[in-house]
Parts: sequence; structure tokens; C-alpha cells
Amino acid sequence: MVQAVQRYVGGRVLRKEDSRLLTGRGRYVDDLALAGMVWMAVVRSPYAHARIKAVDVAPARDMPGVVAALSGDDLASEWAGPLPCVWPVTEDIKMPQHWPVAKDKVRYMGDAVAVVVATSRALACDAAEAVQVEYEPLPAVTDVEAAMAEDAPLVHEDLGTNKSFTWSHGGVGDVEGTFAKAPVVVKERYWHPRLIPNAMEPRGVLVQPGLSQGDFTMWSATQIPHVAKVTLAMVTGISEAKLRVVAPEVGGGFGSKLDIYAEEALCLALARRLQRPVKWIEERSENYLATIHGRGVLQDMELAATEDGKLLAIRAKLIADMGAYFQLITPGIPMLGAWLYGGCYKADAYWFEYTGVFTNQTPTDAYRGAGRPEATYAIERAMDALARRVGKDPAEVRRMNFIPPFSEPTALVTGLQADSGDYEATLDRALELAGYDELRKEQKARLDRKDAKLLGIGISTYIENCGWAPSSLLGAIRYAGGGWDSASVRVLPTGKVEVFTGTSPHGQGHETTWSQIVADGLGIPFDDIEVFHGDTAVSPLGFDTYGSRSLAVGGVALKMATDKVVDKARKLAAHELEVAEVDLDYESGRFSVKGAPKQARSIPELAFTAWQAHNLPPGLDPNLEASATFDPPNFTFPSGAHICAVEVDTETGKVDFLKYVAVDDCGTVINPMIVDGQVQGGIAQGIAEAMYEEAIYDENGILLTSSMMNYLVPSAVEIPVATLDRTVTPSSTNSMGVKGIGEAGTIAAPPAVLNAVADALSPLGVTDLQMPVSPQRVWHAIKNATGRNGGPA
Amino acid sequence: MIPAEFNYEVADSVDHALSLLAGYGPEAKLLAGGHSLIPMMKLRFARPSALVDIGRIAALSYVEQDDGHIRIGAGTRHHDVHHSPLIEAGCPLLSFTAGLIGDPQVRHKGTIGGSVAHGDPASDLPTVLLALDAEFVLTGSGGATRVVPASDFFKGFFETAIGPEEILTEIRVPKLGASSGWSYLKFSRRAQDWAIVGVAAIVERSNGGIGSARVALTNMGATPLRASSVEQALAGAERDAIPAAAAMAPEGTSPTSDTNAGANYRRHLADVLVGRAVEEALGGP
Ligand SMILES: Cc1cc2nc3c(=O)[nH]c(=O)nc-3n(C[C@H](O)[C@H](O)[C@H](O)COP(=O)(O)OP(=O)(O)OC[C@H]3O[C@@H](n4cnc5c(N)ncnc54)[C@H](O)[C@@H]3O)c2cc1C
Repeated sequence: MVQAVQRYVGGRVLRKEDSRLLTGRGRYVDDLALAGMVWMAVVRSPYAHARIKAVDVAPARDMPGVVAALSGDDLASEWAGPLPCVWPVTEDIKMPQHWPVAKDKVRYMGDAVAVVVATSRALACDAAEAVQVEYEPLPAVTDVEAAMAEDAPLVHEDLGTNKSFTWSHGGVGDVEGTFAKAPVVVKERYWHPRLIPNAMEPRGVLVQPGLSQGDFTMWSATQIPHVAKVTLAMVTGISEAKLRVVAPEVGGGFGSKLDIYAEEALCLALARRLQRPVKWIEERSENYLATIHGRGVLQDMELAATEDGKLLAIRAKLIADMGAYFQLITPGIPMLGAWLYGGCYKADAYWFEYTGVFTNQTPTDAYRGAGRPEATYAIERAMDALARRVGKDPAEVRRMNFIPPFSEPTALVTGLQADSGDYEATLDRALELAGYDELRKEQKARLDRKDAKLLGIGISTYIENCGWAPSSLLGAIRYAGGGWDSASVRVLPTGKVEVFTGTSPHGQGHETTWSQIVADGLGIPFDDIEVFHGDTAVSPLGFDTYGSRSLAVGGVALKMATDKVVDKARKLAAHELEVAEVDLDYESGRFSVKGAPKQARSIPELAFTAWQAHNLPPGLDPNLEASATFDPPNFTFPSGAHICAVEVDTETGKVDFLKYVAVDDCGTVINPMIVDGQVQGGIAQGIAEAMYEEAIYDENGILLTSSMMNYLVPSAVEIPVATLDRTVTPSSTNSMGVKGIGEAGTIAAPPAVLNAVADALSPLGVTDLQMPVSPQRVWHAIKNATGRNGGPA
Repeated sequence: MIPAEFNYEVADSVDHALSLLAGYGPEAKLLAGGHSLIPMMKLRFARPSALVDIGRIAALSYVEQDDGHIRIGAGTRHHDVHHSPLIEAGCPLLSFTAGLIGDPQVRHKGTIGGSVAHGDPASDLPTVLLALDAEFVLTGSGGATRVVPASDFFKGFFETAIGPEEILTEIRVPKLGASSGWSYLKFSRRAQDWAIVGVAAIVERSNGGIGSARVALTNMGATPLRASSVEQALAGAERDAIPAAAAMAPEGTSPTSDTNAGANYRRHLADVLVGRAVEEALGGP
């Protein structure tokens, strides 16, 4: 049930999706079954790097219930092209070919070597075990710096090197000169561990071949049904017009389902070959190996500043772990942060570059925040290092460097124009909510009484960018897709509304927020609006959901389509009421004649008469519907200030939260409840990254953190409930003033946490702290700094 | 995540379970709460030919007491151990610790017998039972029973004194007296995790000092371990002897290294946590 709210936009409207999701009536891929359906299982390499000497599928093929067992060679004729990578970031990039099943070599633990298909899932699993693969193990490379050494084992021999490319931002100002002359230079090195996305629902695919027309329907747990349709047509050679892709209910993605995977291509090819529906559901342990990982970035971050802490220049150089192959946008991920290493601060000069290297590990790709958490972490931790260096409070150093408030496009040091921002207001509010001065007093009191539990305060004042556009800019940075999106609004004869969107929600609640936008625009009850998405046979062409783009691009397109419907309705109303359009007032779905308010038509009435078409104005089609696309002129730039206070047990190294405050600015808010949920969830994921999660491989490329027993996804118990607030600085990029909030928490939280722990430990002389700050890591840091086994300062 | 094929039998009594076990031979396994065995089967690390489910034998789930002991049926769930008034009154260390295991789902399914029989040195209850000088009742064919003291029970990594055709049927715990203080400190990164290191301490207080102390360690070797040097150093000692005694905690241990903690860090934690646990067991100054 929805509460009565006058205007829906801006209201805490309960989510339409929740009644079905919370009562178990959502239909995910695994809930779907078709007559004659068979199951695929994938045989995966236990080695990180090995030559495939022989694959014997016969023992599997002979097992009861087995329909097919095929090696990479057996399947080679199925492919019209390799799996796609749509972001070759430089002209001279070295691009490996990535086939759905390996043929000559396996290049990471989990690489596919064969598939089996059987009449049940259990039989398919048993048969996969029976496939005999003879491997010749090769030395593996797992470290990004080691991968660049002259004598490093080559992941792709044909490329002649593990170094794929170096991309440079090009620089702003006199970087070398400024660093050479600067009185203060801060040099930091940060490592962002590999992260395993762990969507609640693992991946899953079901393909139904159409027996008569030769067409295919693919249900996939994906964030990108539209992109999948285009690219998988290219991989399989199936005509794009004969391929329908449906993302049914999708249980989270965090970027891991912003990809085109081997298993999607395989289910399509096998359904074509066997002419039977083929299903594959990923196991959790498979998910750890065969779904992309995030981050894996080594940063050298330098700041040049004056003696009192005024920032002069920023220089960031990265090495990014691509893993064994490129997935959809692997090479471009660090570039998503390329214009953000200056944060929300003024400076004169800027340099950013990164190098992508191959290693014998799961491919990396987008993970919530993608590129922007790395940038924010580097600048925010470095700002704290600068504050310590010049002996100032970190809040003070930020304040003196902030770009002053602006509401029209204004240049950042990185050369980009930001849409709007008021960074100081956000920080002030966060300091007030945190009780900053009290916390500093308590911190000092603990030090004075030699408490074994020290207190630390961490600040992170971030900006990020969402809704990557315009499309022409994406072209200029060699990204193959566009940045626009689309929506259609159809008012039905009975006054109900169908909304079609090119975005593809998988937990974000678009059905609710999109309904709010349309309900206000058309004066139609919220419950009378249905939102259709994620089905290429139904939705207009679009670019799906990732990068906090849906509202800032697709939501704005929807508002435009809604306005077009109102424009058309005005023409109909004027015709029926026999007045000029300018003589009509419009409010809440109702047109009335100026000065004669009883002469009126409502949108539902007009939808009905339009459909009857008995009395249409000349040239108008007999419907009340409209479509719109939006290709934004620029990104949007959400910002915010997160502050956390932690207690560090100096004897055990354990870190506990005392307080977490987040003040975010995502421009205009459609649904504050959903925004709060995104922020709290994003913070949880950011804390997970800061303190718990890390995919650890041994030197042979074996994934040690191979299950939830040792890859530590925290639970609700470990995560503090944040105090949330907002400032509102509307975006100048779009008519709604919206910015995006899907990734903000994940971007802001890690440096807030690390800065807090570093702040607590700085009296002990600790300077080097890396993520995740596990108790053992804290203990080691204390030991290294003090030579003692822990204990108070 | 999908186990290999296996047979499944439900036993309705201990006798029935023993005869099913004998029938299927050495590749068969008892199934109690399934919260250690089934995860291993899902990863195909364990591939029993048959599971004999003793989890439904009501007669294996009870808490009773006699003069000096509490007797707990091996099939009693962690949740019931945690909430038993008898255990809470007679041996609060045990009921408290049962409440630290995993999460509510694990505690509703997992059994005290399964936890003991599994022989995992990272488990909490074996450590506490070792500190408490518990006894384990094993039932073999024909209903023959033998009683093994905790000190002889844990043989190695996932290895116990239980024979191939025996079932652990009862756990006997001596009650703690009024002068006993206790503590169990579990150090883990997430609430639901196994202990990186755990410490059970029982202190017999005497005139504000320590009469005697029993200290046992979780995850500091192939089995739960008694910290005998610490116990000796604490016998008859005053509070100020605790730090020096705790520093002996790593003696005789052989902790492993894993992705959460290296052996040296575990030794350090044992020292810190033994000190804190003994302090807590001794109570405020
Ligand atoms: C997510 C998770 C978190 C956990 N966290 C913790 C924790 O923090 N601390 C902790 O201590 N434990 C933890 N556990 C383990 C839990 O306590 C298990 O329940 C316990 O270890 C095994 O008990 P069970 O009844 O489930 O045994 P099962 O899994 O059914 O059996 C375990 C083994 O013991 C044998 N067995 C069982 N009963 C008997 C018997 N009566 N006689 C002879 N052999 C028998 C079985 O054949 C099998 O080999 C956790 C488990 C999970 C899944």
C-alpha cells in the first residue's frame, strides 16, 4: 500500500517492488523452468596457468542423463566472434581474444575448459567431474608489478608482454615544475585489493530456442539486457532481430552483472545446437572464480602543497590488474576515476595515468563505484597525510582547499566542468552531526590516560561523477556504446499508464521512483502506473543500469516523455474545449479553461477520446503516448562528507565503530527512503572493502578466499547504522536537478574508515595502513612503528 | 555446492543408527545437525556413501542433572544448550559459549555432540568442555558404553576417540561451584565466524587471589589445548601475576596460519586474551 502523498516526488513512498520480493513471489532466472529443459555445467581449470594437453569428454558423455559434453575445440565453430570488450582505451592497446571456452591454455583458476549438458542439474555436476583434462602447469603471475618484469610468465604469449596499455589524462598545468618547486610534497602508495562482488543472486541463464522461427529468448540475471542483445548477436551470429533478452527479477549486481559472460554465449550456442531449452545457474563457489572481480589497483599518489597546506598539484600513477582477459569494460574502469583524483579541491596542476596489466587471475571489471572509489580513496587519504604533514586538522585543510560554492558549470582542476556543488556546507553539517569537537576532546583524553583503546576520526569529502555522457564524449574516450537513454509513456483508454524504460533495475526500485515521476507529471494515481523494463521485446532501446546513471539519464528521459504526453493532451483538450492552447491552465492532470474552471478535461478523459478518435484535431495520432531520449550534455557530480569515529584496540588490533555520519548531496531527491537505503547499503559495502573483504591468491594463482567462510562479507552485526542527512544542490546538467546516489556510499566510506584508523594510530607513529584494515594488519602496523607488541601510546 | 550422490537413512534410535552404520560400512557417516558435514559435502571434500541421520532421535536431546554433574544428550542443539536453565545454573560457561556459535540458524541446527565429534580445533564447545574436565559417553554395538575424559578425547585435527562403529551419546559436565569464576573470550572478525583464537578460563577464587585456574585454548593447535604452563603459574597466585602467566599462553601451542591470521599473531592473541579471560574470571578487584 502506498500512503497518501500529495506530490509523489520527494516523498518517502514505499516501494512497489517490495510486496512481491519480500513474500518470495519475485521470479528470478532460477524460478523459471521450461518443458524439455536441460542443464549446463562448466568444467573449470583448477590451475591458474596451464597448457591444455588433452580434454577427454567421453567419460562424461557416456554417463546416464548426459545430452552433450564438449571441449573448447568442439565448440569453436559456434562463435562468430570472441566475447566482447567495448572499451579499447588506447589505439595501441594489446587486446587478447577471449573465447567462451579455452582451447590452448587456461589463464586463471576457473577458466572454462569444457561444458556438459544433462537432464538434471545434479547429473550435469557429476558429469562435469568426469571430464578428463590433462594440464601442463605453467608458472603463474599474480602481482601487478611482477607481471611487468622482463622475465615474467606471459599470460598471452602472442601479445609478447603482460602490459596491455598506458592511458594518460594528458595533464593540466605545469605538473613537473610545481612539484619541483613545492615546499611540501606528500607521496603515498595505496593498494586496492581485489574484491568479489557477491550479488545475493548468483548469475543464471536460460535460453529457449524457438522451434519454428529460429529465434531465441534468453533470460539472464544481468544488468544489461539491451547491451547483451547487441553483443551476443555478434558473438553467436544469431540475428539480432531474432534474439530477445529478458532480465527478469535480478538479485543485485554491483557491476558484476554489467558484463557479457561466456555462460550466456554458451547457453545460446547449446540451445541452438541441441534445439532444447538450456539452463545454467551459477554456484556460489563458481561465482567466486568465474564472475568478474573488482579493483586490484596499485596507486602512487603525490600532492604538492604550500607549507600551510594549500594544494598546488596532484599526480597519480596507477597500475591496474586486468586479470587474465578483458571483460566488457575492463580496461576502462580506472579511467572512470581519471578526472577525480583532485577531489573537490582547487589546485593548479594535475596528472593522471594508468597502466593495465594481465595476470593469471579472474578478469576484473566494474564493481560498485568503479574507478571513483579508487580516486576518492587516493585524494582523501592523501589530504589527511597532508594535514598531518603541515600539522593542521584534516577538516581545516579540506576547508581551505575547497572549490567555493557554485550552481553553474565550473571547472575542476582535472579540466572537467562540474555541474554544481557546495562542499563546505556539506562538511559543516557532517561535523556538527558527528560532534567533531567533542570527539577530538575524547581522543585526547584517551591518549592522556594511556588508554589501550585509542580513538580515531576519519573524514572523507568526496565528489564523483555519474551518468557518463554525452555520447560524443564517450566516443572520444574510445568507448563503443552511447550515454543516452530512453523512455515511453502510454496513457491507456481507461486512464491507467504503461511506462517503458531503457534502464534495467536489479534492486534499485525504479518501478517506484519512475511511477512517482509519472504520477506527478500526469496527475495519475501512483498505483495506476506500471513500469516495464529489462525485456528487449518490450522496452525501448536503451543502455541499461550501472554507474548511478538511471535517474540522471533514463529518469530525465522519462520526465521528457511525460512532458510530451502533457503537450499532446493539451492539444486534445484545446480541440475538445474549443479554445486556444494558451487559454488552458494545467494542474495535476487536469486542463481547464482560464476564467471558466468548470470547463475541463482530465488526462484519462483525453486518453479515452484520443483512442475513440471520433473528434481528433487534424494531424494527431489516435493515442496519448510519447517517447523521449536524453543524451545529457555532461556528467552529474554528487558530493558529500562522511565522518566516522572508531576505537582501535591497540593490543589486539581490532577496530570498532563509535559513530558514522554521512551527509550526501545528490541534487533533487525523488524518494528519500530509497536514497537513504542506497547510502546505508553503499556505506556497508564501503566498510566491507575497508575492513573485511579481500580476494587473496597464493603465488600459484590459487584463490585462497574461495568461499564465504574466508572471504569475509560482513553481516549487519558488523556494520554501524549511519546517521544520514543531506544537502541539496540541484544539478545544472538536467532539467530535474538530479545527480545519482547508487555508488556514493561505496565511494565515500573506505577513506573515511582508513583515515579514522590512521588518525587513531598516528600518535604511535603508524603511517602505512592498507585495506582491508584487519586486526592482524593493525597489529603489524603498530609493531612495525613502535617495535612493541601493541599497547597504548 | 552440489554434493556427490549418497544414500540417506533416518535412524529412530541409537541401536538402529549403529546397525545402519554397520550395514553401510566405513564410508557411511552419521548426520546430526549437518552444519559441519553438509558444507564439506557441498564442496565435495566429504563424499560419504551414506548418511545415517541421528538428528531426529528425540531420546538424544536432553539436559539432566545429578549431584555433581549436568548430563547433556549429544543431539541437543546449541540453541537449547544456550537456553537451558539447568546449564545456566550449573555451568554458565557452557550455556554462554553455546550462544556465541555462528548465527541463530547454526545454533538451531547444530548439536553439541556434532561439535564434539567433528574434532575441529576452531570450535568453541570442545575448548570449554576441555577446560571443564567434561566426560564423553560413547555407545557401541549392543549398547555397550565407555566413558572418555575430555583430556583423552581429542586426538588430532578432526580426529577423536570415537570408534568407527560408536556414537557419542552423552556429554557430562561437572558443575561449577560458587567460588568459581569463568570467562570465554572469542576473537573473530565477524560475529558469525569461528574463533581466530578463543580462550576459556575457570578460576577458583581464594581470598581475593587465585586458588587454581583452568585455561583452555581454541584454534591454537590440532586439538583444543590446555594451557598448562599458565595454569601452573596461576595456582595460588595473586592478581598481579596474571600478565606474566598469560605470556606463557603460547607455550606448547602450534597454531596454523590462514588468511585471517598468521601463527605469530595467533600466539600474540593467546597471550592478550588469556590475560583478559583470567581477569574476567577472577572478577573485579
Ligand atoms: C555458518 C556456520 C558458522 C559456524 N560457526 C561456528 C562457531 O562459531 N563456533 C563453532 O564452534 N562452530 C561453528 N559452526 C559449526 C557448528 O557448531 C556445527 O553445528 C557443529 O560443528 C557440528 O554439529 P552438527 O550437529 O551440525 O554435526 P554434523 O555436521 O551433522 O556432523 C559433524 C561430524 O560429526 C559426526 N557426528 C555428529 N554427531 C555425532 C555423534 N553423536 N556421534 C558420533 N559422531 C557424530 C558426523 O558424522 C560428522 O562427521 C558453524 C557452522 C556453520 C555452518
